This record gives sequence, C-alpha cells and structure tokens, in this order.
Amino acid sequence: MDWAGLIFSTFFGTLRDVFPIVLVVVVFQFLVLRRGLANPARVLTGFVFVVLGIVLFLIGLETAIFPLGRGMAEQLITQAISGVNGDGWLRYGWIYLFAFAIGFSTTMAEPSLIAVAGKAGDISGGSVGVFGLRLAVALGVATGITLGVYRIIHGLPIHWFIIAGYLVVVMLTATAPRKMVPLAYDSGGVTTSTVTVPLVAALGLGLAGAVPGRNPLIDGFGLIAFAAPFAIISVLAYAQLSVTMSRKG
Amino acid sequence: MALNFLSLPDIPPRLRPKLVRGPRIPPVLRDLARAFGDSVRDLTPIVSVIAFFQILVLGQAPDDFLTILAGMLCVAAGLTLFVAGLEMALFPLGESMANGFVHKGSLSALIAFAFALGFGTTVAEPALIAVCAEAARAAAVAGVIADDPAAIARYALELRFVVAFAVGIAIVIGVTRILMGWPIHWLIIGGYALVVVMTTLAPREIISIAYDSGAVTTSTITVPMVTALGVGLASSIRGRNPMLDGFGLIAFASLTPMIFVMGYGMATN
Repeated sequence: MDWAGLIFSTFFGTLRDVFPIVLVVVVFQFLVLRRGLANPARVLTGFVFVVLGIVLFLIGLETAIFPLGRGMAEQLITQAISGVNGDGWLRYGWIYLFAFAIGFSTTMAEPSLIAVAGKAGDISGGSVGVFGLRLAVALGVATGITLGVYRIIHGLPIHWFIIAGYLVVVMLTATAPRKMVPLAYDSGGVTTSTVTVPLVAALGLGLAGAVPGRNPLIDGFGLIAFAAPFAIISVLAYAQLSVTMSRKG
Repeated sequence: MALNFLSLPDIPPRLRPKLVRGPRIPPVLRDLARAFGDSVRDLTPIVSVIAFFQILVLGQAPDDFLTILAGMLCVAAGLTLFVAGLEMALFPLGESMANGFVHKGSLSALIAFAFALGFGTTVAEPALIAVCAEAARAAAVAGVIADDPAAIARYALELRFVVAFAVGIAIVIGVTRILMGWPIHWLIIGGYALVVVMTTLAPREIISIAYDSGAVTTSTITVPMVTALGVGLASSIRGRNPMLDGFGLIAFASLTPMIFVMGYGMATN
C-alpha cells in the first residue's frame, strides 16, 4: 500500500476541489460585500477541519471500503453469471441483496446528507428528526438502486422507471405536508456523492459488461439516477407518516 | 446533531463573536469525541454489509486486516472533522454572506454570486470530470462524434461546461424563487415534465448520461454552502420561512443538468 502517494494525491486533489469555492467566497466577501469575516480564526479553523476531514475520509474509503466493495461486486457478478446460485430470481438474488445493502449503507455514511439533515433538524427546531430523515433517504436509495439493477439485468429502458418514479413524486407532493416538500426534493440531490457513486457505478458497469446482451456504454450508466426519485418518494412518505402518526397519538 | 455549542441559530451573526470567544478548548474536545461516536454509528451499516458479504456469502476473510482497520479509522476521523468544520465554517459563512447580500440590497451582486457558486464549484468537480470522460468515450463508440482522442477530449470538455453552466443557472433560479416566494413544486414538477418531453426527443445514448449528470453535480463542500445560502436568504428576508423557502436549491441543481445535457445532445446530433 503506497500511503505516501495516496495521501499526497488525495490532499492536492481536495485542495483543487476546494479552490473554486474559496475563490468565489473571497471575491464576493471582500470585493463585493466589502466586509471582514465575523470571526476569522474560527472560520479558518473550520475550513481546515473540512479540508482535512475530506482528505482523511477519502483516504480511508480508498484503502478500506472501495477495493473491498468493488472486488465483492465483481465476484458476486461472476457467481451469478456462472449460474451456481440457481435460476430465475435466485440466480441474481445475492446481487439484488447487495445492491439494496450497498445503497442503504453508503447513504447512511454520506457527508452531504448528514449536513443537510442536520441543518433541517436545526431550523425546524427539532420537529424534523435528523436520524429518521436519513433512514428514510437511505431506504429510498436502496430501493432505487435495487430497481436499477433489475433494469440492467432485464435490459429495460431507463426512462420508464424514472418517469414512473417522478409521477409518484408528483402525486405525493399534492398530499404531503408543505414544509417538507423542499427538503424532500433536496434529499434527492444530496443522496449520491462521495461514498455512493464509486461503488454503485462499479456495480452498474460491471453488471452491464457481464450480463449477455447488455452494452456497458449504454446500460452501465443511469444506475445513480435511480437514487434521486426514490429518495424523494421515501422522504415524502416519511413526512406523511409522521404527520399521520402524530395526529393519532 | 452533536456540537450544539457551535451552532447558535437564533443569534444574529454580528453578535456571535462575543459569545464564542473565551476558553473553549475542553468543550471542543468533548464535542469532537461525541461527534466521533456519531461517525462510528454512521459507518456501522457499511462495515456490517461488507463483513456479511465478504465472510458469509463469498466465504473469505479480507487479506490485509490492519490496513482495513487503519482505513476505517481514517474514514471515521475524517467524517468527524468534516461535521465539526461544517458548523464552524461552511454554515456560518454561507449564512452570513446571504445576510450580507440582503443588507447590501444589490440584486445583481446576489445573482452573480449564485451563478459563480454553482458554476465554479461544478466545473472542477472530479466525479463530473470522470462521468464526462466516460460519456465522451461512449459517444465515440456510438458514432455520435469522431473516434479520435481530440474529438473525445473536446466533447468531454463541452459536456463539463454545459453541466457547470446548468448548475449556475439552477442556483440563480433557486435564489430568484426564494426572493419571489414562489412555491417550489410547480417549478420542479414543470422541470421534470420538460425532462420527460425531452427524453422522447433526445438521442438514446445521451439519456442515461444526462440523468446521471444530474446526480453527480453536487459535491460534499457545495451542498453545505448552497444549503446555508438558501437558509440564510430565507431567514434574512421578511415573510420567508427557512423550512419552506430555504431548502430546494440543491433540487434545482440536480434538475437543470438533465435538461441542458439532453439539449446539448439534441443540438450536436
């Protein structure tokens, strides 16, 4: 394991990633708004924490989680294609379970979702449960990724699923508590980021390359897109459920 | 969320420095420890999933247990620092800037900031660069563009700028919505209706890529900044509710790239 190289490249990659934000903030804060920071030392420390945090997080993912996850996706796909698990649903059974479990568990560890859920908990004065919200999003993503895997295995067109998903979103929007609607829409966008994308993309591209008759270039993409509508559906459903429960209780 | 001492939601930003100054090293350490506990809890599912499939389904133990343990510790420590840094820097900064723009009263400055934040943070996003490179290769194989490195690189770069431009526009639309107090669902549902219509017209190769580009645009640093901008604007403007009006910027940022990428696919076809 080349730790030095990994630390070096991750650190500079993250700095390059953070640079545009720092530039935009500095230009607007000092040249357009023309005022100093309220508490420069604290903000600077916080920024260093964020950058170091992302670097450590990525290094850890690269050494501990991604190689194992990608390797397991490959092995499970090879097993399924060889048919040792039986036929029909059983043939791809472990793949479906793996897709669901990976969708759920990577979403629970997603830093952007932790940020948005925490903010929502703060400004709602605690009426939005932070953990419940993240649980709902993670279950939604898990369901979406599982359906996405089903689509790749059976070679169905992606837009049927996505359009059907958003039709359900429209119907739920009409009845869900109004204050939860913007938060639910945002959850769709933040679910897939640092942890989820590399693992899910590896699963999608691997499956599309291995299942006979699929083209990885056409069928391998689009698995990530399944996460968003299903996360929105499950947050809207969660909001509806908590309102119904509190009325009864 | 832990770290309550760091977030002072009801106090105007200009009053904050006085309150947070003073001896605060012990509480920082105590709260970091608590945040570390939260991080371990957040990572338990992924560790269990990997252990379950590795040992019970595939029947093998991981080769290098120590490396994996060190990696897991890095992940937990990184998540802890990130969450602490959010509360100390990104959230207060985003909110105080939103507040600053409202007090300055310059609409054009706010709109320029919104666009720069969306465009600037997306154009350098590694996940987007990776997806665009894959997409360009797919387009070359499908015969949409010439199969030579120069054409592929040009297509990937154009796609990246299209997506970054789309995210810039998304944040501008989202900020305008907060200022005007428009309900979000009409805009989002209208946007997805447009996505559905364009899906039937766009070339097939571009559709999955367009859908994915909507999902990879929002990075770990962009999300807290954009969320803080929205919540800060909604809290600074009279008659706006942070819950009802503050959220939703990210939703636009996942929607417009689909529309713009499909439009790009139709234009280049």
